[in-house]
This record gives sequence, C-alpha cells and structure tokens, in this order.
Amino acid sequence: MSQIWLVPAFPLLGFILNGFFGKRFGTHFVTFVGPLAVGMAFAQSLVLFFQMLEAEGNVLNEHLYTWIASGNFEAGINFTVDQLSGLYLLIITGVGFLIHVYSVGYMKGESGYYRFFAYLNLFVFFMLLLVLGDSFLLMFVGWEGVGLCSYLLIGYYFEKDSAAEAAKKAFLFNRVGDFGVLSAVLLIFLSFGSIEFATVNAEAATRLEFGGPLVTAITLLLFLGATGKSAQIPLFVWLPDAMEGPTPVSALIHAATMVTAGLYMVARLSHLFVLAPFTMNVIAVVGATTAILAATIAITQTDIKRVLAYSTVSQLGYMFIAMGVGAFGAGVFHVMTHAFFKALLFLGSGSVILAIHHEQDMRKMGALKNKLPITYVTMLLGTLAISGIPFFSGFFSKDEILWKAFSSSFGSPWLWFVGFLTAGMTAFYMFRMIYLTFHGDSRVDSHVAKHVRESPLSITLPLVILAALAVIGGFFGVPHVFHVIPNGIEVYFHDFFAEIPAGHGNVSTEWTLMILSVIFALFSWFMASRLYHSGFEIASGLRSKWEWAYQLSLNKWYVDELYNSLIIQPGRLLSTHLLWGLFDQNVIDRAVNTTGAVARSVGNTIRPFQNGLIQNYALIFTIGTFLILWYMT
Amino acid sequence: MIPIEHILLLSALLFIIGVLGVMLRRNVIVIFMSIELMLNAVNLSFVTFARSLDSMTGVVFIFFIIVVAAAEAVVGLSIILSIFRTRKTLNIDEFNILKW
Repeated sequence: MSQIWLVPAFPLLGFILNGFFGKRFGTHFVTFVGPLAVGMAFAQSLVLFFQMLEAEGNVLNEHLYTWIASGNFEAGINFTVDQLSGLYLLIITGVGFLIHVYSVGYMKGESGYYRFFAYLNLFVFFMLLLVLGDSFLLMFVGWEGVGLCSYLLIGYYFEKDSAAEAAKKAFLFNRVGDFGVLSAVLLIFLSFGSIEFATVNAEAATRLEFGGPLVTAITLLLFLGATGKSAQIPLFVWLPDAMEGPTPVSALIHAATMVTAGLYMVARLSHLFVLAPFTMNVIAVVGATTAILAATIAITQTDIKRVLAYSTVSQLGYMFIAMGVGAFGAGVFHVMTHAFFKALLFLGSGSVILAIHHEQDMRKMGALKNKLPITYVTMLLGTLAISGIPFFSGFFSKDEILWKAFSSSFGSPWLWFVGFLTAGMTAFYMFRMIYLTFHGDSRVDSHVAKHVRESPLSITLPLVILAALAVIGGFFGVPHVFHVIPNGIEVYFHDFFAEIPAGHGNVSTEWTLMILSVIFALFSWFMASRLYHSGFEIASGLRSKWEWAYQLSLNKWYVDELYNSLIIQPGRLLSTHLLWGLFDQNVIDRAVNTTGAVARSVGNTIRPFQNGLIQNYALIFTIGTFLILWYMT
Repeated sequence: MIPIEHILLLSALLFIIGVLGVMLRRNVIVIFMSIELMLNAVNLSFVTFARSLDSMTGVVFIFFIIVVAAAEAVVGLSIILSIFRTRKTLNIDEFNILKW
C-alpha cells in the first residue's frame, strides 16, 4: 500500500492546526508545526518517488473514495503518482520545505505569523492536490485552491492598499484563465465521456481528429488557463504585482510552484496537445514573445523583486517554448532547475531586503557583499545558473530548450533566435542586479548601514541547500552531445510524453549553438559588469541616448495602461451607461419603484377613512351592523 | 301584566338613545354613560325574554353582562382619567391622534 493520501494530508493538518490553534498556542507551536508538516510530506514524497520508480509502468494509483457518481459519470478522489507528478511532488515539498524553514527567520515578529504559516500549508496542500489528482476535477480543485492561497498571501499585508490591489488583480487574471480551463474540461467531457487524464491521453488519438477544430479549441482553451496561472501573454501582468506579498511567498508560489501549474497541465496532456499543431505553434510563439518581452522589462526595473518577477515570467516563457516545440521533458526539466535557482534568488533577495530593513529599491543598495557573504555567494551561484553559464543547472536545461526550439519538427530558427536573445538579456539583467546590490559603493542609508548583518541560520541554511541544488541540479539532464553520462531526464521520462516526429539538426550544429549562447551570456555578463560595477552613473549616460526605449521598458511596455484603456475603461463605460444607466435604472429600479408607488397610491386612497374621530368609526360601525341585520332578515 | 311588546319597545328605545348618544355627544363621560345605557337596554330585553319563556338562561346572561360592564367601567374610566390628565379635555374630537 503506497499511502499517497498522506502527502497532502500532512500540510492540510498543518493548516488546520496553525489556522485554528496557532494564535492560541503561540509562535513556538507554529514554528514547529508549519515546517514539520511540509517536511513530513517531503519524506513521504521521497518514499513514493522511489516506489514509483520500482512500480510497474512507473505509476502508483490510489482510490480514496467516490466523490460524484451520476449516471455513467464518475469522479473519485483518486491520486496518481507517475513520472511527472512524482517529480513535481519532490519540487513542491522539497523546495516548499526549505521555504517554510526560511520563513521562520524571515517572518519572525510579524503579527500574522500563524496566519502566514496556515496559508503556506494550505497552499502546499492545494498544490499537491493539483499534481496528484488523476482527473480534471481534482486538478481543478487544486488549481482554484492555489489561486485562493495566492490571493491570500499576496494580500498578506492587506492593510496596504497596493497589496490588496495586487491580490485582487492576481485573482481576477486567474479567473480569466479558469474560464478557459472549465470550458475545455466541458468539451473534453463531451467528447470523451470521461475527465480522467489517463483516459484522455490514451484515447485522444483515436477519438479526436488530428489538427481538427475540436482538439484545437480544447487545447487553446486549456492554454488560456495555462497563461493565467503561468503568467504568459496576455495574462502575465499579475505576477510582477504579486511581489507585494512577503518574499517567501514570491519564492514559493510565484517562482517555484504555482506558476508552473500551467506547464504541468500542458505536460500532463501532452498526448492531447500534439494532436493540435496550431496550438503547439501558438504556445511556442506566446512563450517566446513573453520570454523576450519580460526580459526587456527586467533590464530597467529598480525594485530587486520586480527584476526577479520579470525574470520568472521570462523563464516561464522559455518553458512554454519547450512545450510548444514538443520538448515536454526539457520543459519540465527547466521547471525543476528554475525552481531551484529562482527560489534561491528570491530567498536571497529576501535576505538582502531583511538586512537593510525592508528596502527593495536597488538604488538604495550596493556594496553588500562583505556584509552578507553567504547571501552574496549563494545568489551569485543562482545568477550563474539562471544565466546559463556552463555546468550550472540553468545551462543544461536552457540549452536543451534552445536546441529543441531549433531542431524539433515544431521548432524554427526564429524561436531559437528569440530564446537566444532572451538568454543574453537574462544574463545581463541578472548580473546587473548582482552588481547593483552587492558591488560598487554603498547607497544604503547611513544609519541602516551600521546595522546590516548576515541573516540567521534559518535563512542562510535554505540558501546554501538551494545553491547546491542550483549548481548540481543540471547534471540530471546532460545533453547527448557531451557523451559523458546519459541524459537522465530522457531516461526518466521514457515513454511518458507524446512522441513527436523526429527533428533535424546534427551534432556540430548543436555544439555551435551551444557555444554561441555561452559566448553571448558571457558577453552580457561582461557588459553588465562594465555598466553597473559602480552604480547607475555609467548606465545613465546610455539611458539618456535611448530615453524612449528606456521609458518603454521601465513602464513595462505600457501593458497595464493598454489593458486599462482597452478593457477596464470600456467595461466601466459599458457598466455606467448601459448596464447601470439604461438597464438598472430603467428596468430594475423602475420595477421596484412602481411596486412601491402602487402600494402607496392605494394607501392614499383608503387613508381618509382613518381620520381618528371615534364617532365617525362608531357611525360606520352602526351602519355596518344595520346593513348586516337588514341582509340577514 | 305588561305586554312583552311594550317592554321590548322600551328596550329598543333605550338602545337607540344609547347609540345616538355615542354618535352625537362630544363629552367622553356622556358617551361612556350611553354605552352603559346600551348594555342595560340589552339586559332589559334579556330579562323580558327570560320571564316570558320561563327560562333562567337569560338571567344568567344578565349577570355576565353586569360583571363585564363593571370591569369595562373600571378600565374605561381609568383610560378617560389618564387621557384627561395629559390632554386637559374631555372632548372626543380632540382625541384624534391615533391615525395615519
């Protein structure tokens, strides 16, 4: 018996204990329960992971109970651990556990300490539900649940207007995506009569016509949901605003786990998606566009967390490129390495923010490397990983994606070129962040600067562990061309994803492209070091020459303004003039008012009879009596 | 022996005087007395029928009516008294605030 249900049960228990009793039992209790719940889930996930590797067909199934049974439709609480959800389990609980430990140090002394851990536990629970569920229904419960927890945690500082606004924004943008998922699930149920992943994947090729309108519609709607959760164009604008939440939340939800839910769904349904080449192209193009757009924005941001947020959007775009060219394994591989180094970078930035008293503006940082040595070294390792410097984890996963974008039968040199440009820009803005934060002259407020010291062990320990993972995590999937060790990720995902027609390209091309991207990354590093090694002075000269481009990037391509004028303002006009002014006031209000007016006019007519003169009443009474008597005789 | 018609006629006359008194007089005390007059007019017809039919039922009714009238007099007079204390008048046309 595999006991899969234990994995989500631990965080759920943690949520109940922290949420209902955390306030009464105090911070020590919460500190103990919160991380332990996720730690236990991690231990159980490890056990399950190895059981899954041993199991026949690499699948563990568990039926808890039948949730809904109606006619020939049946939806149960069924959990499945296979190659994909097994890996996700380890990422969620492993990285999640480290972030819980980190939060103990980071959130120390916050008034809502117990509330924070309760939400975090609840989030982990829903995320586990999302990846463990064997049907759309259970996945959707988790899908909505993580959206809810994201809302709660972004709005953790709900007394701040900006945080409350950001929480609402995230929730609403996710709603748009959820609409897509729900419609797709309905279409799938209509065409398959089942909403189980296994059935859908197995029967997709026989039930749906290759490239037909139905499968294209289903996959496009699913992808709309994925863009909402995974912050792709057109629904990406919520993620940078989500940085209003505490930093561990940014690391856990908005870098490592929840935002990869969209990718999880695409990967999970790979057999469905390969039937719709049009959708695959859309995914790849959207991913590429998002990747480069977010990268251009990240270059000029001055808020350290916003740089990382746009970098997350950009990296998620990468993963969607991989999905779109049919390299599902490479995409999931990048999910894994990205979880390591992006969680690390976020936690590192949190350590910096904590050290300089909750200042996030890089214009007020600088020269922190000697004061925060552990944070500096670990963040530098994370930066090397994300920039694709050889032999760090990001190098392997990013290169695999770039190669697949070039060589796959769904790929094209253009996709590769956009990814290549993005990779260079990634290296540039990441090193820009490192130089501005840790090098040059100190721009920290003088009275804050005196108190800067390295964060406590509960913060630095997760940083060190994540840094180690960010460095070595890539050896899980070394490309074939190295001929050193087999590509672990391909062995692991053997026969799991849908096969796509073989691509083209040979070994020498792969080497060339790889060396090109490494050179570009190193060149970007060099440029960043030249421009930003001593603060903003050198860069500001360049900025004045390219003022329009600078403004475009700084203002995020005016996407928020565009949405405001295209959707919000017309919506508001429609509401005020048509819905409210015309319909509400003229139909609903009028109906209500008329009902009142009728009652009032009837009352007005009868009212004179009640004139308060008792003798009048007596007269009417007497006349009435005589009338009755007259009638009766 | 007085014929029953005469007594009933007297009873009806008394009752109509009472009704007219209630409807026409302005003084609350007089109206109240008129109500008592109506009750006693009814009593008179009850006792008339009791005697002519040689039945005790009508007499029993009279006792009920007298008791109820006594209770009603207590309540009614105290209401009139407290109204007089606040309004300083016994004119029934002034007591017209209980309306819309």
